[in-house]
Amino acid sequence: MANKRVDEPTGTETVGHEWDGIEELDTPMPRWWVWTFYATIVFSIGYCIAYPAWPMISKGTEGVLGWTSRGALADELEAQEARRAEAVSGLADMPLEQVQGNEQLMSAALAGGRAAFKVNCVQCHGSGAAGSKGYPNLNDDEWLWGGDLSAIQTTLIDGIRQPGNDDTRFSIMPSFGRDGILTGEQVSQVVDHVMSLSGLGPANPAGAQVFENNCAICHGPDGKGMREFGAPDLTDAIWLYGSSRDEITYTVHNARNGVMPAWGERLDPVTIKMLAIYVHSLGGGEDFTQEVAPEADNAPANEDDERT
Amino acid sequence: MEQLVSRAGLWFVIVIVAVMAAAMAHDGGFAVHMMIVALAALIGLWVSVSGADYAAIAKGILRTPDEGKYDDDPIRWGVLATVFWGIAGFLAGVFIALQLAFPLLNLEPYLNFGRLRPLHTSAVIFAFGGNALIATSFYVVQRTCRARLAFPGLARFVFWGYQLFIVLAATGYLLGITQSREYAEPEWYVDLWLTIVWLAYLAVFVGTIVKRKEPHIYVANWFYLSFILTIAMLHVVNNLALPVSLLGSKSYSAFAGVQDALTQWWYGHNAVGFFLTAGFLAMMYYFVPKQAERPIYSYRLSIIHFWSLIFLYIWAGPHHLHYTALPDWAQTLGMVFSVMLWMPSWGGMINGLMTLNGAWDKVRTDPIIRMFVLSLAFYGMSTFEGPLMSIKSVNSLSHYTDWTIGHVHSGALGWNGMITFASIYFLVPRLWKRERLYSLRMVNWHFWLATLGIVFYAASMWVAGITQGLMWREYGADGYLVNSFADTVAALHPMLLLRAFGGILYLLGAVLLVINVWRTILGHQREEAPMTTASYDEEADRPAVAVPAE
Repeated sequence: MANKRVDEPTGTETVGHEWDGIEELDTPMPRWWVWTFYATIVFSIGYCIAYPAWPMISKGTEGVLGWTSRGALADELEAQEARRAEAVSGLADMPLEQVQGNEQLMSAALAGGRAAFKVNCVQCHGSGAAGSKGYPNLNDDEWLWGGDLSAIQTTLIDGIRQPGNDDTRFSIMPSFGRDGILTGEQVSQVVDHVMSLSGLGPANPAGAQVFENNCAICHGPDGKGMREFGAPDLTDAIWLYGSSRDEITYTVHNARNGVMPAWGERLDPVTIKMLAIYVHSLGGGEDFTQEVAPEADNAPANEDDERT
Repeated sequence: MEQLVSRAGLWFVIVIVAVMAAAMAHDGGFAVHMMIVALAALIGLWVSVSGADYAAIAKGILRTPDEGKYDDDPIRWGVLATVFWGIAGFLAGVFIALQLAFPLLNLEPYLNFGRLRPLHTSAVIFAFGGNALIATSFYVVQRTCRARLAFPGLARFVFWGYQLFIVLAATGYLLGITQSREYAEPEWYVDLWLTIVWLAYLAVFVGTIVKRKEPHIYVANWFYLSFILTIAMLHVVNNLALPVSLLGSKSYSAFAGVQDALTQWWYGHNAVGFFLTAGFLAMMYYFVPKQAERPIYSYRLSIIHFWSLIFLYIWAGPHHLHYTALPDWAQTLGMVFSVMLWMPSWGGMINGLMTLNGAWDKVRTDPIIRMFVLSLAFYGMSTFEGPLMSIKSVNSLSHYTDWTIGHVHSGALGWNGMITFASIYFLVPRLWKRERLYSLRMVNWHFWLATLGIVFYAASMWVAGITQGLMWREYGADGYLVNSFADTVAALHPMLLLRAFGGILYLLGAVLLVINVWRTILGHQREEAPMTTASYDEEADRPAVAVPAE
């Protein structure tokens, strides 16, 4: 079978086999290929000596460098923690209302708050904190439970309607339609009235009467809301669940009663403090001394920083 | 006649059993699957009853295959199936690429990304790639053994059985039936079916090698055999599972926790190694020297790189589990075996490219050779990138990012896709006995569309992956992480658009393939300025048969 011949274009001898016209040359393996192959083997042996590599009876060899992936992670986390240590202890000692006076701590608090927000809060409030249906926009100056630093911190620590937490912010709007408190006609009338409060529709005197009897106790006689109850201002253009007739009817009929976790159960006090400062800084934060005096004109929601 | 009746009876029993299983099924998906099986058996029944040669049966004539011709029917079907599933898979790919750029396109529940993604990967790897491998292996093993296929009936069973596997897998994904094991998503009964088909495939292939007329086994057949054997082993072990009910689609894996993850990636990585590398290297070892009309560059290199490749590849799987619960020592071994794999992989590239020694001018004149050369170039690139990405420090940046997607696609689109297209262009005129392809210039257009598509795809995914990796680990001056996950998604949007554009170009190239194959089969020839291709001697293309002495 040895039909060896010299291949003319390359000057190399063939091996002498032939399959369906295909022959093979007897070219030696390229030297660079062989030596690179050896080099990768030598590297691999060296690597196996240096690092954990070989299974033994109860555990693997540990490698002369003593490296472990858990150790490497711990080192990295420790190094970052050390970078933050000064700011963290500074923030822990400083009362919330004084942080704004300290430029360095303020910058650390904003960076830490932003990082914590992006891990824990964006799922509902969005990465630009612009919220979505049922999840408030944190950039505007409409606050259900208060928008100064300590009010925000309280909301963060105890959450809203968090089951099992006695300090959580709590209120329950009745399901006026579903529970038969109001008739269908009354619901429709009060929806007319609510819409008229922000200029979305004409006035409805019957609806105004229903509102006075049932709603004013929380939302106030003029519909401007009350923060003790987390009752929203119904006269402005900001609608957590939408301003269409259908959505408002749904709200009156069933009620909504949104929830937020009590983050005090999961995050440390400094992180909560940083989150409060960050959220406060987003655009609508209120001063401690500021009287709650909403303007009569319907300020539109801030829509800045909305990245999608 | 008795044989016909018993065959029809067998089909009928399968129909009845499948319909009963559908009626008693525990879940809707299983019922749909059993009805598909019943439908397939009905078609089988109809074909065997209506397609039988009653005149020959009446006269008692036994049809015997012509030993002087290769058995090319299953190969012709295989080429058509490759083209069909290719288009289906590329289309699914373009659609899910657009879904990632525009989430609105997730059509719940059947056409959401979660269900279409395995449909895409299985369609391109197992339907397109698998049909290409089965068809070319049947072609190559006959030619290089100079013998007709062993067990012709079994070969036909392999083809149709494999198509049934594809249909069951694909419809299962859309119905939400999955084992959630990447590249091994089909459930237990589909896995059992594939095992039967695969063993039949092994029997046909080995049987043909056993009856070969050549004294030696050609290198392409070593690669095909290693691919068929190893895939059988990987498939069986990774899919060991206990069904909840014999009449339901759900099963639970035999492994748990990190052992389960390691088994899965031992399978997953070697699906790449033995399906997409060894199998396609087998195609390369036949079609490149045939199209270039040159001898293989180095016999010695082919031996050394074959054995080193298959020995090293099987250990490299743990590199998919860097920085996970997998013990550090196993991660290290996964990495070093991947690094050592670099040169054995490149041996195939060297042997392919250097086979063109003495015929390099053909890269300029022959678009099919150009496709082979490009596929080998991408093969070399992705088998360098793979070991690079398996190094832990690189992997800590690249893992879970689009870089991985870019890496996979430079291999899949560049290496597997291009070599399959080129092999199809080689095969079609020969299989349908046409003088030449409909249009070589169209092949040239296909080449450029596909190349441009891959460049857009790979480049955008490299940029996207590195951007993603850097954004995830970015610390601000105060020592806090800077980006949320949604921020990185937003940052990638332009890259996702470019990727979809690249995919569309690649799909357009494949549409040209369809037209070209179709017109060639019809016997059309486009009037055009000629380009060169390899010659074909029909007289020499037949098995060796013993000629009686005169």
